[in-house]
Amino acid sequence: MDRSEAQGEGTPPLVRIRNLCFSREGRPIFDGVDLDIPRGRVTAIMGPSGTGKTTLLKLIGGQLRPDAGSVEVDGRNVHALGKRDLYRLRMRMGMLFQSGALLTDLDVFENVAYPLREHTRLPESAIRKLVLLKLQAVGLRGARRLMPSELSGGMARRVALARAMALDPMMILYDEPFTGQDPISMGVLVRLVRRLNDASRLTSVLVSHDVQETASIADLIYVISAGRVVARGTAQEVMASDSPGVRQFLQGLPDGPVAFHYPAPPLAQDLLEAA
Amino acid sequence: MLDALAHLGRAGIGAIRRLGRGHLLAASMLLGSGEVLRRPGLLVTQLHSVGVLSLVIVGVSGLFVGMVLGLQGYHVLSQFGSAQSLGVVVAASLVRELGPVVAALLFAGRAGSALTAEIGLMKATEQLSGLEMMAVDPIRRILVPRLYAGFLAMPVLAALFSAVGVLGGWFVGVGLLGVDDGAFWSQMQAKIDFHEDVVNGVVKSLVFGFVCTWIALFQGYDAVPTSAGVGRATTRTVVHSSLAVLGLDFVLTALMFGD
Ligand SMILES: Nc1ncnc2c1ncn2[C@@H]1O[C@H](COP(=O)(O)OP(=O)(O)O)[C@@H](O)[C@H]1O
Ligand SMILES: [Mg+2]
Repeated sequence: MDRSEAQGEGTPPLVRIRNLCFSREGRPIFDGVDLDIPRGRVTAIMGPSGTGKTTLLKLIGGQLRPDAGSVEVDGRNVHALGKRDLYRLRMRMGMLFQSGALLTDLDVFENVAYPLREHTRLPESAIRKLVLLKLQAVGLRGARRLMPSELSGGMARRVALARAMALDPMMILYDEPFTGQDPISMGVLVRLVRRLNDASRLTSVLVSHDVQETASIADLIYVISAGRVVARGTAQEVMASDSPGVRQFLQGLPDGPVAFHYPAPPLAQDLLEAA
Repeated sequence: MLDALAHLGRAGIGAIRRLGRGHLLAASMLLGSGEVLRRPGLLVTQLHSVGVLSLVIVGVSGLFVGMVLGLQGYHVLSQFGSAQSLGVVVAASLVRELGPVVAALLFAGRAGSALTAEIGLMKATEQLSGLEMMAVDPIRRILVPRLYAGFLAMPVLAALFSAVGVLGGWFVGVGLLGVDDGAFWSQMQAKIDFHEDVVNGVVKSLVFGFVCTWIALFQGYDAVPTSAGVGRATTRTVVHSSLAVLGLDFVLTALMFGD
């Protein structure tokens, strides 16, 4: 039995999504998604660009409202919470945005200190210690006086990770943490995600379309395509899937259920009309 | 024909929706006003960037407008042999109208556009979403201090505009055109009424300050989060604020001096 299965029945999942439906401008993005995110694991949610991975994270964080279905985090229905309770829940979730989303008018230290200053009454000396520890964990203690504009993309994501960790959350949501990174900083981030998860007893949700890197650290993988979960399991199980949608995505085949061509009339017809 | 009608209808609905979102935002900002008392530091920072950094442009413009008023006023008044009343004319036009209105127009161009660009870019770079996910309400934390900064800075900027303008008028009238110094000031003192002129001017600039800042913040907050979207929002801020100031000025003037 693999780790994710072994944990099984006993503890309820941290995030439980049932029959999630969501559409944007009349176009369905999710159409009945069921998904469980077990505690203490790295769960990856994969799918081609534009399938709604970022949207899913925003639904989990309560920034968007589903048309139907429910999202429960730690036993509480996110979209039934009042603002105060929702904010209290969010303090226990960290989210790493694709862009880092650092506050551009604050330096690295102040960015990491920000949630502490907002939500705790710790004295300055304690804040300083905590921030330095978090920065040490992502290897950027020496960069604490740099401004966000002076950071590379990988460094910005690590700072954002330190900030997301500042309040010692129970869960971190990563939006495409590896996209657009050079091999070195990709390796750094991959190891960091795994290490933070195991060292801090976190639950990590990793949204990504980078197949290799994600498969290398995820305990459990969901593949989403066309608004539905099309595969679920460990990396090996998903890789071995014979569903055409999963195979196309994992092996990078240009044509398949996700068509290479954007819907269009036949080429001949288009060309003739142009003449 | 039908297409044009449908298009018109869609544009109308879009505009009304935007108006609705704008008022909802105003309501949430007013409900979140407590933040200003809880964190006065935020307000001070914003007063600096919204108010202090607009001082130079407002002061210089006030000087020129006052000098023009001195010239024009002298030219007209001397035809009726009442050039000695120049002080009253200059001060009344500035305090009642030009101070609040021109300062507000300058404010919209200088501070309003900057506010829209700042908020719009914070939205485009996901900083606002990031705050929400850190359980920090961006409306209270980012927008409210800016709203109050604009509201409080505007009367001061308008007062500065008027004061510098009076000096400009004095320089031209008394210094260059030979109006009697004593008459210039004593007539001004006698004829400018505190309630009628000064208080009404301050009320106007408080209204303009609120409206201009609200428009600027809303345009940024509601901007399409791309570089083109933020650019369009910035333009809209200046256009809408200017129209709102001029329109409201008429309404307020009618209410204050109409009878
Ligand atoms: N603010 C928005 N308004 C309208 N459509 C959007 C918005 N954000 C995303 N979308 C659409 O929703 C779909 C899913 O987007 P997203 O969740 O960002 O995908 P992913 O993160 O998987 O690449 C995309 O087709 C995108 O065009
Ligand atoms: Mg995305």
